[in-house]
Amino acid sequence: MALAGLFLLLFLPVHLAINLLLLKSDPEPFNKAAGFMANFPVIKVIEILLFAALLIHISYGFYIQIKNWLARPVGYAIATKSDTSPFSKFMIWTGSSILLFLILHFFNFFFIRLGLVEGNPEDFYSVAHNLFKIPLYNYIYLTCFILLGLHLYHAFSSAFQTLGLNHRIWTPVVKTVALLYSVVLPGGFAFIAITIWLFR
Amino acid sequence: MHFTLKIWRQKNSLARGSFETYNLDDVSPEMSFLEMLDALNKKLVEEDKDPVAFDSDCREGICGSCGMYINGHPHGPVPAITTCHLSMRYFRDSETIWVEPWRAKPFPVIKDLIVDRSALDKIQIAGGFVSVNTGAAPEANSLPVNKEKADEAFDSSICIGCGACVAACKNASAMLFVSAKVSQFALLPQGRVEARQRVRAMIEKMDELGFGNCSNSGACEAECPKQIKLVSIARLKREYYKSY
Repeated sequence: MALAGLFLLLFLPVHLAINLLLLKSDPEPFNKAAGFMANFPVIKVIEILLFAALLIHISYGFYIQIKNWLARPVGYAIATKSDTSPFSKFMIWTGSSILLFLILHFFNFFFIRLGLVEGNPEDFYSVAHNLFKIPLYNYIYLTCFILLGLHLYHAFSSAFQTLGLNHRIWTPVVKTVALLYSVVLPGGFAFIAITIWLFR
Repeated sequence: MHFTLKIWRQKNSLARGSFETYNLDDVSPEMSFLEMLDALNKKLVEEDKDPVAFDSDCREGICGSCGMYINGHPHGPVPAITTCHLSMRYFRDSETIWVEPWRAKPFPVIKDLIVDRSALDKIQIAGGFVSVNTGAAPEANSLPVNKEKADEAFDSSICIGCGACVAACKNASAMLFVSAKVSQFALLPQGRVEARQRVRAMIEKMDELGFGNCSNSGACEAECPKQIKLVSIARLKREYYKSY
C-alpha cells in the first residue's frame, strides 16, 4: 500500500505541470501535452501501472480499514485524548472523498477519451475551462484538494515509516518535505482552478 | 479531595456492561489511583456491594498488570507512567473521572476493568525467545556489542507488555509491543540466528489473534509507559522485509 501510494505521489507533480499549461491563453500546448499523455506508448504502460497502483492502494486501504474496525468491536465512552497525528484518524474518509472525486474526474476526461461521455477528446483545454467556470464544480474541486492535502500530509511520511525508513535525522526532513508537498501540490491545482474561474 | 467516578462494571465476558457512578470523599492527593480504587472498594464492601474488579500486582510500574483507560488515556493523563504510579494529585478536586477497561477484540473483558491480555503472551510464545541454551553471561570482550545497539536493545526490552499501545491505538494494533519484543533480540548477536523465523511467527500470530494494523498515528508511542518509540516499529518492518 505504501509503495503504491508513493508511486501515485510521483504522478501528481507531472499532472500539475501539465495543468499549468491551462493558464496559457493558447489551447495548443495543453492539448498537445494531453494528446501526448493519451497516445505515447510509454505513457500508456505507465498509465496501466498507475491504475494498478490506484486499485491496489484503494482496495488494500479498504481491506485494512475493515480489519481495523473489527479489531475494536466495543469502543471507548471517552474519545482518545492521546497526542497523535490528527490527520491519520481521517485517512479512510479523506481517501474515500478523493476516490469520489476521481470518479467525477474520470467522467470529465477519461470517459470522453473512451467515447463513453460526450465531449471533444482533441480539446481538453476547452473542457477544463468550461468546467472551471461552473461554481459548484469549483467548490467540489477545491474541497477535494483540501482533503487531498490532508491525506498527503500523513501519507507521505507514513509511507516511509511503513517501509521501515525511520531515522533520527532524515525523518524530520521527510516530515518537512511532506508538509511542503501537501501544501504546494494541492495548492497548485487549486490556484489553476481559481485563476480560470475568476480571471479568465 | 472529592471525586465522581464513572466506572465500567461488567459481571463477566458474556454480560452487558454499563457505567456506574460513585462518589468518593476524603481522597488524599498522595494516594495512587489504585489506592483510591482500594478505598472505593473498602467502602463498597462495607455497604455490602460488589467491589470493582481491577488488575494489579507489583504496584511499582514494572509488571504491566494495572492497565485501565482513564479519562481518554491508557494509564491516565500523565505520560510515561503506569496506573499504579498515577497520583490523585494529578486530578482536579471534584473532577469526574471515567474509568474503562482496555478495548480490543483480542482483550475480552473478564470482569469490570480486568481484561484477558494473554493474547500478548501468545505472540511472545510464537517466537519471542532464543530457543537454544546460550549459557551463562559470556565474558564481555568475547562478544563485543556496539554500545548504541546494546542501549537500543535494552530500551526495547523494558516493554512490560501492559497493552497500553493496543488500548491507545485507534486500530487496536499490537505493533509497538511486537516491535519491542522483536527488537530486543534482533539487535543482539544471540537473537540474530532465529531473527527470520521470529519476526514472521510473531507477526503471523498477531494477525491471527485479531489485532488491527498500524497506520502510524503515533498514539502507542505517546501512551507507552516505558516510552518505546516508533523507530522500533520501523525496525520491525525492516526485519519483516529482510525475512523474505
